[in-house]
Amino acid sequence: MKKIAITATDLTKIYGDRAALSHGSFEVPAGAVCGFVGPNGSGKTTTIRMLLGLISPSSGSATVLGESIAHPERYLPKIGAMIEGPAFYPALSGRENLKVLAELGGFPLSRVDELLAKVDLADRGGSKFKTYSLGMKQRLGIAAALLPNPELLILDEPTNGLDPQGIQEIRNIIRDLADSGTTVFVSSHILSELEMISEYLVMLREGKVIFSGRTQELLTSNKPVVIARPEYEVDLAKLTKKIDEVGYSTKVIEGTVHISAPAEASAEINRLAFDLGITLSSISVAQPTLEETFFEMTGDIK
Amino acid sequence: MIRVVIAELRKLRRPSLLLGTIATVGGLSALFTSIVFLMINSESGNSSRGESVSASELSQAAGLVYGFNLVGMFLGIVALCIFASQTAQEYTLGTLRNLLVRQPSRMKILAGKFIAMKLFALVMVIFAAALSIAISFLLSGRAQVDTSKWQSPEAGQLLLESVLNIFIATLCFGTLGMILGLLLRSPISAIAVGVLWNLILENILSALINSTGKWLPGTNFSNIGMGGSSVISYRHSLAVSAGYLLVGSAVAAILFKRRDVAN
Repeated sequence: MKKIAITATDLTKIYGDRAALSHGSFEVPAGAVCGFVGPNGSGKTTTIRMLLGLISPSSGSATVLGESIAHPERYLPKIGAMIEGPAFYPALSGRENLKVLAELGGFPLSRVDELLAKVDLADRGGSKFKTYSLGMKQRLGIAAALLPNPELLILDEPTNGLDPQGIQEIRNIIRDLADSGTTVFVSSHILSELEMISEYLVMLREGKVIFSGRTQELLTSNKPVVIARPEYEVDLAKLTKKIDEVGYSTKVIEGTVHISAPAEASAEINRLAFDLGITLSSISVAQPTLEETFFEMTGDIK
Repeated sequence: MIRVVIAELRKLRRPSLLLGTIATVGGLSALFTSIVFLMINSESGNSSRGESVSASELSQAAGLVYGFNLVGMFLGIVALCIFASQTAQEYTLGTLRNLLVRQPSRMKILAGKFIAMKLFALVMVIFAAALSIAISFLLSGRAQVDTSKWQSPEAGQLLLESVLNIFIATLCFGTLGMILGLLLRSPISAIAVGVLWNLILENILSALINSTGKWLPGTNFSNIGMGGSSVISYRHSLAVSAGYLLVGSAVAAILFKRRDVAN
């Protein structure tokens, strides 16, 4: 039987007359990287806070590592979390900040220097937190989340404010953890970022779960796109009209025609262009990205 | 719980807070004690509210702690500010969520914080007492105050009583600061409300309606520090203070336990 790290059933949080999360139901399998995606304000942080026992749900239920979220003390010692950006004491050094949390959680203080080295902060561990750059603060937040050697790591927007190299480092840390059996539940509003690392996805939109399952399953459920580029841009309108007549839906993007059609339709499209006397300089098949799939599912236009 | 206390003590011993407190408490202690001895024959007085204390009065056993007793009320205000900021900053910095992930029992967090701040306040009071007594001995010769009775068992007893009373009063002010910090969740608001109430509003209320003084929290906290007075008894102040703090603590603790941590 598949082991489950997180389950949510009809989880709801209402603030006044607005539902931050409405009847959210999803599962996160153990030992996988699960992306938690959705635009800003879609309810990701609210959900994470409920899972960590910081806010109480208005209705519904959830379990984390097999324990109800009504008893966070039963599972939090096995969890590492960074919620909504790193929050530390500005006048304490990075090392002292980690020691405060290590003492609080009963973890050996020797973990602190190990983790500072792991997130590449060994040489700045003695500097005050307020002197850190945004990227350094973010890395310290990840070090703090790793203090318990967690079974489940929950990261809320961990790459916010990081440069490309920093983003790559965080991705590597997440992959290493997943390889060692840690379940990683990571939220982001940047869909392309999660597409690269997540085997599973939970997608939120306006407080509602719109997808929960394997990333691959989601991506393959969407039709691929055949991209045709005529040699001369003046032929775009003529080619688009002809393909529309055959029954495929088209979109013109930067000198190319994007056709929602199976890969096998490439030959037919090539033939249509030939019949019209149009030479195609390229024709290729692409799977839609997570971002395109998200907009397709929500009906939003990017 | 002990883990929470140790973690809190690590935060409390950060240089900016520790050195700032030493400077403030040391400065106040030195200032008030020095005034008593250096202005002993001054026409503008050498004690609180322009009163004068003579060398013969200071030569009594109680003279040992005279300067320290004057500092007492201000130690309370310092404690109020520290307790309020240490509690409320967890909300403004967003660090409360980290604490609660590592220690989910909110009551343990609260109790651990309170114990750590109690220890901090105790060290602060002992430091103020030690400095005040050292300065008293140092300046006694210049003020022609005989210190022979200061080394008697009676003086020792009075010193212990003063330290205990001022420590209790300091804790009362500190607890009020912590309650305000939990209720208002902002260090600036908590400190502003606490200081304004105790230093200004209570004095205005007492001046306008004389009978209210007996029932106001700050007046009673200060009265404990002074060991009671002819107007308000020590026991009365203890009972009134306990009443205020128990109700305030219960409300703050319930709110802390039940409120969502959304920042």
